[in-house]
Amino acid sequence: MSAPLTTSVDAPIVPRPLPTKTFWGRALRHRSFVLGGVLSLLVVASAALSLVWTPWSPYEIDIASKLRPPSAAHWLGTDSFGRDIVSLLLAGARSTILVGIIAVSIGLTFGVCLGLIASAKRGWTEEIIMRFSDFTFAFPAVLSAIMLAAVAGPGMLTSIIAIGIFQIPTLTRLTRGSANAIWAREYVLAARASGKGAFRITIEHVLPNILSILIVQATIQFALAILAEAALSYLGLGTQPPQPSWGRMLNDAQTMLFQSPMLAVYPGAAIAIAVLGLNLLGDGLRDLLDPRLARER
Amino acid sequence: MSVFVLRRVLTLLATLVGASVIIFLVLDALPGNAAQMLMGADASADAVRALTVKLGLDQPLAVRYLQWIKGFVVGDLGNSYVYGTPVGSLIAERLVLTIPLAIMSMLITVVLALSAGIYTAANHNKLGDVGVMSLTQIGIALPNFWFAILLVLLFAVRLQWLSAGGFAGWEDGIWPGVKSLLLPSISLAVVQAAILARVTRSAVLEVLREDFVRTARAKGLGKREVLWSHVLRNAMIPVMTVMGLQFANLLAGTIVIENVFYLPGLGRLIFQSIANRDLIVVRNCVMLLAAMVVIVNFVVDVLYAFIDPRIKVHDL
Amino acid sequence: MADPATMPLIEVDNLGVRLNTSRGPAQAVRGVSFALKRGETLGLVGESGCGKSVTALSLMGLLPDSAVITGSIKLDGRELARLPDADYCSLRGNRISMIFQEPMTALNPMHTVGHQVAEPLRRHKKYSAAHARREAIALLDRVGLPDPARRIDAYPHQFSGGQRQRVTIAMALACEPDLLIADEPTTALDVTIQGQILDLIADLVEERGMSMILISHDLGVIAENVQRMMVMYGGTVVESGPTDEVFRRMGHPYTQGLFRARPKLGARKGTRLTTISGTVPELADLPVGCAFGERCPLVEDKCRVALPPMVEVGPAHVVRCVRTDVSMAANVGALSA
Repeated sequence: MSAPLTTSVDAPIVPRPLPTKTFWGRALRHRSFVLGGVLSLLVVASAALSLVWTPWSPYEIDIASKLRPPSAAHWLGTDSFGRDIVSLLLAGARSTILVGIIAVSIGLTFGVCLGLIASAKRGWTEEIIMRFSDFTFAFPAVLSAIMLAAVAGPGMLTSIIAIGIFQIPTLTRLTRGSANAIWAREYVLAARASGKGAFRITIEHVLPNILSILIVQATIQFALAILAEAALSYLGLGTQPPQPSWGRMLNDAQTMLFQSPMLAVYPGAAIAIAVLGLNLLGDGLRDLLDPRLARER
Repeated sequence: MSVFVLRRVLTLLATLVGASVIIFLVLDALPGNAAQMLMGADASADAVRALTVKLGLDQPLAVRYLQWIKGFVVGDLGNSYVYGTPVGSLIAERLVLTIPLAIMSMLITVVLALSAGIYTAANHNKLGDVGVMSLTQIGIALPNFWFAILLVLLFAVRLQWLSAGGFAGWEDGIWPGVKSLLLPSISLAVVQAAILARVTRSAVLEVLREDFVRTARAKGLGKREVLWSHVLRNAMIPVMTVMGLQFANLLAGTIVIENVFYLPGLGRLIFQSIANRDLIVVRNCVMLLAAMVVIVNFVVDVLYAFIDPRIKVHDL
Repeated sequence: MADPATMPLIEVDNLGVRLNTSRGPAQAVRGVSFALKRGETLGLVGESGCGKSVTALSLMGLLPDSAVITGSIKLDGRELARLPDADYCSLRGNRISMIFQEPMTALNPMHTVGHQVAEPLRRHKKYSAAHARREAIALLDRVGLPDPARRIDAYPHQFSGGQRQRVTIAMALACEPDLLIADEPTTALDVTIQGQILDLIADLVEERGMSMILISHDLGVIAENVQRMMVMYGGTVVESGPTDEVFRRMGHPYTQGLFRARPKLGARKGTRLTTISGTVPELADLPVGCAFGERCPLVEDKCRVALPPMVEVGPAHVVRCVRTDVSMAANVGALSA
């Protein structure tokens, strides 16, 4: 039948370059973008604040004042070593963001490069890269971190590398898929006809056009990295004491579950807020940067 | 059909070999490393060398790899460096817990996700849809081990209905065992279900827009009948793909969750073995988990052919 | 009550449909009225977006939930507009059936064609599985599907486009409906198959004494297959009348434009195809006056003030134009063809 509702034909979903003009105008009216942005900023601000100021030192152990209930001095009380919970939460945001940023950078660097190469070369190169990324799926972050920890010992670096590796296949697949869509475009054909090489086309045409998709996915991957980091440091495979981290705090709190149940609530809530914020931000960005990608989610 | 399955089997084998090579290279690449680790930094060089020979770690890399693979075929995975008992039976003891845990959480995931996904798609943009979708947004953000701790706080500490951890075993019948796996499997399932519910919802909405849905309505089928008899089967393909991928996360999740609930499963075994530097156990456990993930995804691939009639002919 | 033989089967009065589109609310159909007796055939012609498919879907009660219907649709005197969906379900596929444009996507790829043809029989006639299957084989045989007893268990992807359209016709005919709506049934098919499918539909309509509403953008298809025709533009009927009469003396500049724009066989090489200048207006922002005003060669100020009224220009032949005196002087139609 004819399509009376819209004039647009069902075009394949192809990314667009970043729209700039009305972006902020629309962004500030987008509910999940604003909420996600506020939550994410809260976490970033906490981390930044902890660099210059925390109410108490997050490292100082004071057994005499352990497990204090919330008070004017310690807004959320103290843990079993007498450390101030608020200070630990603020400093914990730092580790979370540090691990997240480095791991996602690793994932983006390798994933985007591999994806672009697969898309530009096609043939066997593409086949090998894609098969490789297929079976990397069999190793979730926790599993590869366990392997690394088994040989290299646990630590922040181990967890960063493990999470970074775990991010690569997702980003490779995404990059390749969207880059292939760009390669099929007429203007790429025109560029090829005018004698431009695969490398130049990739830099000049493909990368700028898939940027918005990559930004959205990087936000989501950041959230996944935070979850993975929390799980690893909870297991003792990630960030090591005395460096504060939310996962580690949960591990400590679990032994005190019957005495001070609230100790187990705060760090988890912090993780959930960070992840929720980034996910909402990613959803919002997806709507704003490319409405055609949003569809029904 | 047979060609289709054959090709998938070959991919499956290649993937398993690839995974085993990576695991082997990561965990066993440095000869003597395992012995050194076992004995500690202050062990004498002679003692380390003696242990290296005893464990067969002086053999070339390729020989050791092939021995390991041969071990799979003949069913002898070697002995634990620490306990001295066969690795195979060590793992088997733990699977009695981990496999039921994985199955229970997968079941809960599927039931929760499908009902939420179908409900929200059928009530697209209505209040229920928005409400349930907001819940899943929160569910996705929860770290599963924190959710587990919250469940313990509520059901074990506050209400005291269930124990905070430990495994009752299967000796006294099924119920005590299931009961002790209840909180762990729920905490594993809820987060996964939140993701799968969103996938289900968008898959169902996608199919609802298809022409054949309108054809079915034109025949006089009601909205509900169309949903059940025409939409769901079509929507299951993407849902199953994600389910297969989620199985990997679920197994990885058992490692964490078993530690929250002090359950003596595979995850805990891996964890203890790392602490003990028992690399042979770690290697086989990791291989087992990776193999389970790969095989489940293989099964999903083959199931497509049963659900979607187009695949069979395509690959005949 | 009037004599059932002369009483119209379907009677549409001042039908209006407002849809929510991505560009805001749009009046997709305005003031459409017609009546169809048993055994009569009616053609709906127009470009995509003119409201012909929306009209068809409102007869089927298959508009999106957000659509607002005004006016009346009566089947054998029973009001259908705003009928609850459950009641509508017992009519659809039973007394009113529809054939869609895209045979490639109109069938569910997961079910056998037999299952899909049998579905209305099981739903409306409560046939047993075996009975419905026998009936489905007979139907598939009637629509000319080769070897139906064997092919009944095949899936849609194992058929060609033309065969699939035969299957959808069998589906639509399963419960011997009173009214068949065929929405561009041949548009997606190869030219060589189009004639066969149209002949099949015509044979079946005559054989079963059904009424039919045939929707097409192709004047040739309309000329050969229906007794009466309506030309739609911008959600309104701009011309309507007996097919022969309309083709003999086309009254509306739009109908004339459509007629001139069709490619002619045997035209001299190098003859330019006449086109209608401009584009179809968006339903979301239609002008106040004549919807065709922006593209009409005869447009005057009075055309832009209000929607022109229907003018009778011949026996049962009406045209929604205030300039028929000029437009019909040229006498576009059979004579100039």
